[in-house]
Amino acid sequence: MQSTVRIHVTVNGADRDVDVAANTTLLDFLRDDLQLTGTKECCDLGECGACTVLIDGRSVNSCLVLAAEADAGDITTIEGLETDGLLNALQDAFLAKGAVQCGFCIPAQVMAAQYLLQRIPHPTDTEVREGLSGNLCRCGGYVQICEAVMAAADAGR
Amino acid sequence: MQPFDYARPATLSEALQLLDRSGPEACLLAGGTDVVVALRNRTLRPKLVVDLKRVDELRPAISEEAGWLTIAATTVIADINDDHRIRTRFRALVDAGATVGSDQIRNRATLTGNICHASPAADTAPALLAYGAVVNVAGSQGTRRVNLSDFFIGPGNTVLRQGELVSSISLPLSSERRGATFARITRRRGVDLATVSLCCIVEASGRTTFAYGAVGPKPFVVVDDSGVLADPGAGADAKDEALRRVLTHASPISDVRGSREYREAMLHVMSRRALQTSIERLAAA
Repeated sequence: MQSTVRIHVTVNGADRDVDVAANTTLLDFLRDDLQLTGTKECCDLGECGACTVLIDGRSVNSCLVLAAEADAGDITTIEGLETDGLLNALQDAFLAKGAVQCGFCIPAQVMAAQYLLQRIPHPTDTEVREGLSGNLCRCGGYVQICEAVMAAADAGR
Repeated sequence: MQPFDYARPATLSEALQLLDRSGPEACLLAGGTDVVVALRNRTLRPKLVVDLKRVDELRPAISEEAGWLTIAATTVIADINDDHRIRTRFRALVDAGATVGSDQIRNRATLTGNICHASPAADTAPALLAYGAVVNVAGSQGTRRVNLSDFFIGPGNTVLRQGELVSSISLPLSSERRGATFARITRRRGVDLATVSLCCIVEASGRTTFAYGAVGPKPFVVVDDSGVLADPGAGADAKDEALRRVLTHASPISDVRGSREYREAMLHVMSRRALQTSIERLAAA
């Protein structure tokens, strides 16, 4: 029973042993302690999806996870998708399809899509919409976002 | 978020001891999709948060034993939806689970948490009620089994006593042929609470079970043994009359998601359609 918790996490491939306050969310830990600001804070309710990251390969809203709960977890944020400075196929597809308008929701849209394509490598249009239904885009760029996900899936064929 | 202590017990007895020692100052954490929101907006102000995810007895598991399928307390909804036994035997529960939040929510949220939160609109409650779910409760004084239909008291309130927690939820494995349907209306598809939700099960014996969410202070179940509802040959008027009797148990209110009148109208339409689908599914079973 403690107000500070020692956690061991892997973030984008790097091992970290750190003390976190019990009342810190994974989102705040990533943004404020690790300066990984690609993951966004928005509704803080689990409705907008802007804080989506992967824990052990599964998409979660990091605003609804305490950093303490992430102990022993393998965490991937948007910063972890590139390889040697090169974007992955999904990120490339977002650029190619013009799916980025203001850009605020995009890191999380990409992470949600990354999870979707892991589960369903060749989704139908309906499955893409369902898979991204937890991520809001207030610019309304959904058509291009869905096209980008489909294009990335096609590129993987 | 206000400060609190965090504990991660490894066994059920350790968790129950913490609950006994801290009393109402402790709050249980499973998936966190409701609890962390409440911690942030301060509707919950615990001194201690007890994380149940490392409790050995509560680890994610779906097991079959002596005619029951039992879902351990920390099993997330995504895993329930993917389980082939649940997909084949409890289709309406999967259809209901698929409407909970988003992928991100379903990867964290637990079925047990959805029930313990005791929202009148809990998406999984109608299907669990209609399938006859039993809630397995553990406390330092021992364990007890509570029918889910007796578990809810009102919004946010259950029969759980201080120091108790839900260790698992069990579903009876019926051998009877049946057709089951889950139906739900919302303002927006994805990440919205139900305006009306229901589950309808028609059994080969002629028994019809309806369970409803978001149309009363708690989810509830109604059984019709008259056989009229299940009878594919019964007239529309006779069925509507029987449905009206079922729906006398509903007491919807007006809120941001819909007016009382709208909910009453939708209740009848949705019930009629779900009944028809269940009859067709029974015939195909």
